[in-house]
Amino acid sequence: MKLSTPGSTQESELKAGLSDYNLDILSRKRAGLIWRLIFQASTIVGIIALMILILNIINSAYGYSALKAKVDPDTLAVEGVPLEEQNHGQLVAVLQSHISGPAFKKLDNEKPFSERSEADVRALVIARVVRLQVEKTWNLWDSLTKSGEINTEVARDYPDAELRFTSWLNSDFINRPQTSEPVTAGIRTAIYGSLWTILFTVLVAFPIGVGAAIYLEEYATDTWINRLIQTNINNLAGVPSIVYGILGLAIFVRALEPLTSGQIFGIVDPTTANGRTVLSAGLTLGILVLPLIIINAQEAIRAVPVSLRRASYGIGATKWQTTWSHVLPNSIPGILTGTILAISRAIGETAPLVVVGASTAISFDPASPFSKFTTLPIQIYQWTSRPQDEFRALAAAAILVLLMLLLTLNAAAILLRNRYSGRF
Amino acid sequence: MQQNIETTEKPELVIETRNLNIFYNDFRAVSNVNMSVKRHRITAIIGPSGCGKTTLLRSFNRMNELVPGSHAEGEVIFEGQNLYDPMVDPVEVRYRIGMVFQKANPFPKSIYENIAWGARIHGYRGRMDGLVESCLRQAALWDEVKDKLNQSGLALSGGQQQRLCIARALAVQPEVILMDEPASALDPIATLKIEELMQELKKNYTIVIVTHNMQQAARVSDYTAMMMLSDAQRAGTVIEYNETNIIFTRPQDKRTEDYVTGRFG
Amino acid sequence: MGEAIIQSLLFLSGFFSIFTTVGIVYELGKEALLFFQMPEISLLETVTSTRWQPHTGDFGIWPLVTSTLITSAVAMLIALPLGLAVAIYLSEYATPRARSLLKPILEVLAGIPTIVYGYFALNFMTPLLRSILGRDVVDIYNMGSAGLVMGILIMPLITSMAEDALSAVPRSLREAAYGMGATRLETALQVVLPAALSGISAAIIVGISRAVGETMIVAVAAGAGPNFTFNPFKGAETITGHIVRISGGDLSYDSVDYNSIFFLGLLLFFITLALNIFSQRFVRRFREVYE
Repeated sequence: MKLSTPGSTQESELKAGLSDYNLDILSRKRAGLIWRLIFQASTIVGIIALMILILNIINSAYGYSALKAKVDPDTLAVEGVPLEEQNHGQLVAVLQSHISGPAFKKLDNEKPFSERSEADVRALVIARVVRLQVEKTWNLWDSLTKSGEINTEVARDYPDAELRFTSWLNSDFINRPQTSEPVTAGIRTAIYGSLWTILFTVLVAFPIGVGAAIYLEEYATDTWINRLIQTNINNLAGVPSIVYGILGLAIFVRALEPLTSGQIFGIVDPTTANGRTVLSAGLTLGILVLPLIIINAQEAIRAVPVSLRRASYGIGATKWQTTWSHVLPNSIPGILTGTILAISRAIGETAPLVVVGASTAISFDPASPFSKFTTLPIQIYQWTSRPQDEFRALAAAAILVLLMLLLTLNAAAILLRNRYSGRF
Repeated sequence: MQQNIETTEKPELVIETRNLNIFYNDFRAVSNVNMSVKRHRITAIIGPSGCGKTTLLRSFNRMNELVPGSHAEGEVIFEGQNLYDPMVDPVEVRYRIGMVFQKANPFPKSIYENIAWGARIHGYRGRMDGLVESCLRQAALWDEVKDKLNQSGLALSGGQQQRLCIARALAVQPEVILMDEPASALDPIATLKIEELMQELKKNYTIVIVTHNMQQAARVSDYTAMMMLSDAQRAGTVIEYNETNIIFTRPQDKRTEDYVTGRFG
Repeated sequence: MGEAIIQSLLFLSGFFSIFTTVGIVYELGKEALLFFQMPEISLLETVTSTRWQPHTGDFGIWPLVTSTLITSAVAMLIALPLGLAVAIYLSEYATPRARSLLKPILEVLAGIPTIVYGYFALNFMTPLLRSILGRDVVDIYNMGSAGLVMGILIMPLITSMAEDALSAVPRSLREAAYGMGATRLETALQVVLPAALSGISAAIIVGISRAVGETMIVAVAAGAGPNFTFNPFKGAETITGHIVRISGGDLSYDSVDYNSIFFLGLLLFFITLALNIFSQRFVRRFREVYE
């Protein structure tokens, strides 16, 4: 409904006639509606992308697999004791009699059998002797909707194989070490590698980062060098992570090799004896997340009201006493939130660690900072790079573990932030 | 509803409110206002701060609705139609009834574009240069800026920016111009210019001005509405409305008298 | 006295970051220089040749650079319109409840590790493209899939920066526009958006910088060998993908391959640094107008 338009006024020649305006309110409103829908649709695209991503991964991580054993496990029974119930010594004997001498020695060198757990050795037997092989896998959707067809296909094409519904993500998956056979592969090695690496990352980045933040917020005056430091930190936050990896390669792996390989301390990893160790990885990631921690900590410190500091100075406290007793305690929640976010960034990083030299084939947990290492994202990367279907399923399962880990971390950070945000 | 009023006699009342109440969610900010605005006259709304003057002014062009939860009951009759009829689009209301704000807010565009943009979105088909010049002349700004129309509107002084905003409002040919304390942020000389401008503009337009400056209201306006918080509900209402000289010399309500004589305010 | 020690320690912490930058420039520069001093490398060939085949001694950077450019361009083609549209929606249209729902989702999208996106690109996007456009048109490893998924990764970044820029435009400007009878769309696109332009430009530049530096998505999905082509459906390794592949293999110190990593890394560092500094200039100009 339009408002009635009065007749054009004749009072002054300066006024333009109303008829000069082509008032097309309806088409303007229509355009408004169309664009509003476009904007709303754009937001839905992001949500849909996220859902498709998660569904796709879940789809790959569960489903039927046709498994065929090279050596029937029943034939491995020792004195009537089946494989599942054999003890450590029996398992080692089975292993020794079925694989070649040099291969057995190599396994012993990597990690002596006496140090391997019974479950680990059993897994080795299954991997190297029984050699369950995956003939074919199907994803979740197909498994649920086409189970009949799959059954006939397996009966026809893979008569020796057993069709089993595999949830590639299960507790065994998490507890088993990495092996070359997909059926028995687990991510325990990778998880430990990630945890050890992050430990060193935090040990390095947290003190330096918080120290730098305190300096910049409480002590730094407006000189050119302090401005340079601040600008530099802001710029470093935008450097691609792979560049940090290259830096880590040059400095930690190569230049500081005596330190990072443990030579100085006499603890050297028997199989590599070079700088591609957990320590190097942790230090590299530490430099990477340092700008993030600094920037977040700065914000947290800045949020503490000036009045609090003034009150402290007013009773004669020194700057450090004020900082230590008043500013820091009140900014700890914010600092911790920032640190947790930095950790979750570091856990997901792949490229810098590939450059620093994550190992591609280790199957034992890291024993010291000077061991070879692998991490969860690296493991995902390796499995993703292999064409076979079963590796795709493994990668999907590992991704689910990684995502859940990150979700927990971020939830903790958000809880922390919400609980302490209403302070001032 | 009337479509095209083809009468030669124009109604004397351009805007008339009937039992107008304005709410923010459940809070009543303005209660039961019955007042009118006469054509080609300047009507001032005065009163102590916080009594709802701006809220009342903004209800005339439905600008209150920009605040979520704001709604009005009662009627605002403009040219014979209720602006708050559900079928009326606020967009239509706002170019017929324009607004100038307390702090000048020119667009970060050139002086020319500031004025041309409004005309353009309303589909102006005439000579844009002529329109821009006409509006700047009516706002008493043409001589000062005619050589720098391409300069940014933000480069002008405070008083000039406010006159630019007035010119901008004129570009869409409003019937009524609402001014919310237009000179409160300006120095006395710039204020004087605005007040002189208002006297010129009222020949062609109708003006409603909110001001906390009583002397300004007395100088400039023909009619004055006195607003005050009604003690009970914390809602503002018009306690007296009359010709300006009557309000300031022989007010009927004691509260008005107290306010205009400066006993409080 | 204790205060002085503490202050020096804190200053050193602050100064540590300078070491990082110096380290990057020095170490990468040193090895890059070694790279150029090697007999088979000539600066001229590096910047003009379009073949990068280390075993035959060809080290022209163009295959890697064009691949980086194309994947980044595809990514921006997705991220820019989507990111901007969502930013406009959040800033001009959305109710507070919608915002509180949307913002966490965007944060989640931005926080997913890039290797996961890489998996997604290879195992979902590529098969999808191949089934839509045909298996002979789209290779198994192609720049387009990687670029599209990169776009999803970068979109939240652009949205967040653009929304900051739009929200910083003062309310009074919107009121001025509404007061003249402008619709919400006209106000958003013709008044608010132009007013926020420098902030939005900064967002775009940061997005490009992120795309150029992105590694895992392209390493997994874009291609495992340098290839000089402009066809986004073919596989071609990017600068970052190449660095990852080379360092993942057996690498002997001071070989040509080893030194080439540093050269490429230095190149990457300077490109992204230049982009980031450039974008900060826009942010500063934006702040001047509104604060």
